[in-house]
Amino acid sequence: MTNAPTPSLAAAKQESSGALGFYGVWLLAAAALVVLPLVFSSGGSLTSFSLIGIAIIFALSYNILLGQTGLLSFGHAVQYGLGGFLAVHVMNAAASHNWPIPLPVIPLVGGIGGMAFALLVGWVMTKRAGTVFAMISLGIGELVASSSLILRSVFGGESGITTDRTSLMPLFGWTFGPQIQVYYLIAFWVLVSAIAMYALTRTPLGRICNAVRDNPERVEFIGYDPHVVRYLAYMFAGFFAGIAGGLTAINFEIANSAYLGAMQSGFVLFSTFIGGTAYFFGPILGAILVTYLQLGLTSVTSVWQLYFGVIFIGIVMFAPGGIAGILMKHRPLIRAGTLGTVIPSYLVAAIPTLAFALGIILTIETVARFSGGDPINLLGIPFVATAPTTWAAAAVLVVGGFLVARITWRRVADAWDRAATVARDRGYLA
Amino acid sequence: MTAAIQVNAVEKSFGNVQIIRDLNLSVAKGERHAIIGPNGAGKSTTFNLISGHIKPTSGEIRLNGEVTSGLRPFEINRRGLSRSFQVTNVFARMTVWENVRCAVLWATGHRYAFWKNVDSLPEVKQRTAQILDDIHLSHRRDVPAGLLTYAEQRELEIGITIAGGASVIMLDEPTAGMSHAETERAVALIRRLTEGRTLVIVEHDMSVVFGLADRISVLVYGHIIASGTPEEIRGNPKVKEAYLGEEVD
Ligand SMILES: Nc1ncnc2c1ncn2[C@@H]1O[C@H](COP(=O)(O)OP(=O)(O)O)[C@@H](O)[C@H]1O
Ligand SMILES: [Mg+2]
Repeated sequence: MTNAPTPSLAAAKQESSGALGFYGVWLLAAAALVVLPLVFSSGGSLTSFSLIGIAIIFALSYNILLGQTGLLSFGHAVQYGLGGFLAVHVMNAAASHNWPIPLPVIPLVGGIGGMAFALLVGWVMTKRAGTVFAMISLGIGELVASSSLILRSVFGGESGITTDRTSLMPLFGWTFGPQIQVYYLIAFWVLVSAIAMYALTRTPLGRICNAVRDNPERVEFIGYDPHVVRYLAYMFAGFFAGIAGGLTAINFEIANSAYLGAMQSGFVLFSTFIGGTAYFFGPILGAILVTYLQLGLTSVTSVWQLYFGVIFIGIVMFAPGGIAGILMKHRPLIRAGTLGTVIPSYLVAAIPTLAFALGIILTIETVARFSGGDPINLLGIPFVATAPTTWAAAAVLVVGGFLVARITWRRVADAWDRAATVARDRGYLA
Repeated sequence: MTAAIQVNAVEKSFGNVQIIRDLNLSVAKGERHAIIGPNGAGKSTTFNLISGHIKPTSGEIRLNGEVTSGLRPFEINRRGLSRSFQVTNVFARMTVWENVRCAVLWATGHRYAFWKNVDSLPEVKQRTAQILDDIHLSHRRDVPAGLLTYAEQRELEIGITIAGGASVIMLDEPTAGMSHAETERAVALIRRLTEGRTLVIVEHDMSVVFGLADRISVLVYGHIIASGTPEEIRGNPKVKEAYLGEEVD
């Protein structure tokens, strides 16, 4: 502590390296988005990347509410879906009237749709935060989702409304028929939206959103109306959700009532929370992981939602800061150079924990496939759901794995405490 | 000259319990005014009424001559009144720097701006740094407010209150729970930071009150039984009987 640099010096250093890191990160992200499809060029990965990109925008928009302003919404898909519908209608109109609107600006139309709806209902919704807001958002979500099935002319009923993305004015020879062109369109909007949403957190409004999250009562005594702050946050969240919805409409060339529903709202809550709400990049990680899992799991198991539930409960109980929270917990250890002392305990703990997880998976699949279904294939080993040997293996893995894992977890905690204490003593708090 | 704060016949009931009865108070501009009284007398409730946190059941409150009873706290704050809380009331997950900066933003005219980078507003930066320096928390600027020590949180509470540059400052027991040395430091701080402004302070330490205040009001059971200079209060038999007892003699 004694030889630590003076605060002003440290701050100045932090600021200059911060600015450099800031542009560096976005340049790196841009480069990654450009290069990704060149490295993984199969049609399947292009589709996955496109979906992940959309999920990133959607989750970041959700975090404007949850992480930045402290608003828990159960109906964020409403703005997303309405953005998608408006995008489809404008695309169809542009095609039939030969309007000179190129496809890349259509996501902006989606954004305007999401924002317009937020503008309309937001003032009443954001009067109160907490449970009241959560309940109203759930109500509005159900209301819009169910009306979408009734108002057939606007929402196309069960089947939705289709469109043809290639029917719009081409741009620089791009028709956006091939998935690769759609991918780059999405990647462009991911980058622009992410930068814009990050910039938003660095504005006076963005800072006051955090203050409203922490203590809405006190905000009133420093000149701000928390209701206005929440309303503005809600509109921005709606705008970027609408962009994500518009991109989805372009990607699938359809908008239907599923876009607006509770499943979609739950999905974005999931991604954001699992990624971690306390850091800007948290929802990005969550969107990548959850979308990837969803795409991967749906093809190997029929009960993939059950796994989501298990992961979600695990995160809520053991790592409420999400993946970003877990990662950032290591920052003081890295800075203090004590990370090396905890890594061995991680490696030791990984083995029984993996056995425990495999046991859980085997149990779930056994139950799911007991009365018919494909045989289970776990790490290349076939299991028959009705065989007692399978049940025994599952029991041994679950019970044995848990008992051994518990011991190693305690060791992780001990090693962690020691390393964190050293880091604290060296003056690294975060 | 119009008073900075004028409270006329204000009453406040919670349910059918009347907490504030026929409250009359006048605080002149530039005056340091202490409100004293036993626990539960209604001092914090009086602060809540004046700052718009709660609305009076009847009566009228004026700030610089303008009626403010019925206005919301942020409307009153924008008219130049800022208050602190008896129980520390900061933005726990935000750093010390961010806490103070948030309190500077409205006053510097940036309001709900979403097109400006908050880190590149020179007057905001300068003012925040100045306040942090004033409350001796510069070395703690990057610590989340929730992790500060109690005394530091109390100083931050004062910093947030004065950061907006309000002309009327109300401090509710700013030194409560502080050690003797901490109290002395805090009082010196308050004296310096409220120079040229109107100050209303609730304080239990009588040496602080009599050393700091130009005028004192004594609140007992929601009613001001005496208002005057420290000498007048010291000599007032009603005050002696109701509150101060023998301790001031
Ligand atoms: N919101 C409220 N609802 C009901 N009673 C309250 C409320 N706020 C304060 N009181 C009551 O008003 C009385 C005065 O409280 P307070 O103003 O905090 O006293 P002081 O600050 O002088 O110690 C207390 O009896 C308290 O219980
Ligand atoms: Mg009190």
